[in-house]
Amino acid sequence: MIEAPDLDYAALAPLLFLFGAACIGVLVEAFAPREVRHPAQVALALVGTVGGLVSAVLLAAGRDLTGAEADVTAGSALAVDGAGVFLQATIAGLGALSVLLFAERGLDPARSSFVASAAVPAGSVRDRELLTAHRVQTEVYPLATFAIGGMMLFVAANDLLVMFIALEVLSLPLYLISGLARRRRLLSQEAAVKYFLLGAFASAFFLYGLALVYGAVGSVRLSTISEAVATDGGDVLLVLGLALLLVGLMFKASVAPFHTWTPDVYQGAPTPVTAFMAACTKVAAFGAILRLLYVAFGTDEWTWRPLVYGIAIVSMIVGAVLGLTQTDLKRMLAYSSIAHAGFLLTGVIGFDATGDSPGLSATLFYLLAYGLTTLGAFAVLTMVRDGDGEATHLSSWAGLARRSPVLAAVMTLFLLALAGIPLTSGFTGKFAVFRAAIDDGAWPLAVVALLTSAVAAFFYLRVVVLMYFSEPAGSTGSGAVTEGPTVGVPGLPTTIVLAVTAAATVVLGVVPGSVLDLAGEAARFVG
Amino acid sequence: MLSTYVPIVGLFGLAAAFALFSVTAAPYVGPRRYNRAKLQAYECGIEPVDQPLTGGRFPIKYYLTAMIFIVFDIEIVFLYPWAVANDALGVFGLVEMVVFIATVFIAYVYVWRRGGLEWD
Repeated sequence: MIEAPDLDYAALAPLLFLFGAACIGVLVEAFAPREVRHPAQVALALVGTVGGLVSAVLLAAGRDLTGAEADVTAGSALAVDGAGVFLQATIAGLGALSVLLFAERGLDPARSSFVASAAVPAGSVRDRELLTAHRVQTEVYPLATFAIGGMMLFVAANDLLVMFIALEVLSLPLYLISGLARRRRLLSQEAAVKYFLLGAFASAFFLYGLALVYGAVGSVRLSTISEAVATDGGDVLLVLGLALLLVGLMFKASVAPFHTWTPDVYQGAPTPVTAFMAACTKVAAFGAILRLLYVAFGTDEWTWRPLVYGIAIVSMIVGAVLGLTQTDLKRMLAYSSIAHAGFLLTGVIGFDATGDSPGLSATLFYLLAYGLTTLGAFAVLTMVRDGDGEATHLSSWAGLARRSPVLAAVMTLFLLALAGIPLTSGFTGKFAVFRAAIDDGAWPLAVVALLTSAVAAFFYLRVVVLMYFSEPAGSTGSGAVTEGPTVGVPGLPTTIVLAVTAAATVVLGVVPGSVLDLAGEAARFVG
Repeated sequence: MLSTYVPIVGLFGLAAAFALFSVTAAPYVGPRRYNRAKLQAYECGIEPVDQPLTGGRFPIKYYLTAMIFIVFDIEIVFLYPWAVANDALGVFGLVEMVVFIATVFIAYVYVWRRGGLEWD
């Protein structure tokens, strides 16, 4: 006998906001005249993401999600718990900021970061005509909203099949919007194809792992897997399944050695999309990794601990060392994102099956802090431009502080936070995850993390030095600046993003107490 | 628990043995009387066209038609189990199914309004 599942609409509200806004967005594309589409889509996407954020916050405020009232809903397909709702709120908030970056139209003489008409072949006569056209392929906004909804479903999925569906819902729109840059379209399309092909492989890995785990356990529900793992932890099928699931998830989180797509896609995608991927996708993927390891395999941490331990070290070293050799700022931030994925895994190690896991709260805080900082750093990248769009080569950033002291100061703040210098959010986050690892006895991992942080600090600080102490690009030597990049005047959306991210980076560094407490309280998974 | 899968392994073995047997036996026992239609890659009644790489290009309309087909195909996949379990699910199931069909319909409306259904 099949029973109709109970739906807890208050718990589903954050997801309903996002998916509802996305569906209405598709209808707007179908019926609204072209002139009103862009403002309407931006408003809809903002209503969806902000509504998702607010309803997640209200949900957390109205219930004791860390204790008695943490529950599952929709036929136990979804978990409603502190960590899940914290991650949902983080994704919705970062998503709203990303939508603002998408909506910026004042910076580029070409009107938008997104292509006017995606179906026009790149480099054709029509394409050149449309370069400065006012119209935009506004499908970007519903697609991004669908992706954000998929991410929020991803971190709340209580069984592997829902997790897989969410993985696809978040991935497919991302593949598309990576290919919709207005300038350097072939690079953007190449990035989209690479991301799609490798992402499809990663999804296949996840699905194969899911099948093996189902073969071993007879269920895809995380709590049932957990029971089976407790009695039969060493089963070959389970271990293989876990490994394959992790490959699929770590690909999305751009953890080395599953990172090879990251630099190319981050560089080729439109910069607002790169910011979106670096912030939101990272949070979502780590949310799923945490839930899989802590809930489904939490009783058998000796199986996954060596795996995560090794991968964390590889990711930190690959990110930090290859980051040193980069001359393009977007690629450099991509390797920085790989190194940060390694630091996040250091926090994941801090698991305690008997009680509160210090690693969970530390990782939650780190995800929030890193997401805000990296979003801000990419927002700054959109502002430094030359005749051909964004000037992301390191050489064009030389002496930028003379041209725009404010921009250089803000970028310096973000780079210091990414490097983990005290009084920025990066330091608080790193301190929290390293302490979680040390508490767990994984001090060699913390030592490696500290060393790679020092290496990574070099390439962040190199940009700072370049901005403040180098001759400007195009300078004739006599002090007169002739050519070189200009710093665009940001419109309202980008200004809001920069203000919020910069303020958050400082506040989470100077007075992180209340947010750390919040992450600590939220750090519970329903088992 | 794994013993449940022994019959499936047996089935795999049987399938592999049959495939191997057919492929090895066919050249020896089968008659060979070729004509032009038989030498084509697919004997499905439609004249084959050149491969895309050598110049023949497919209009994008085929792709759109295939996409719409898949959307409705998937919709049907979900409608069948609901129809079977309709008694048990009652009004709740009906409402959920209407919501589901409405969301699929949104995609269809988009295709229609953007001219995806016009062949020329």
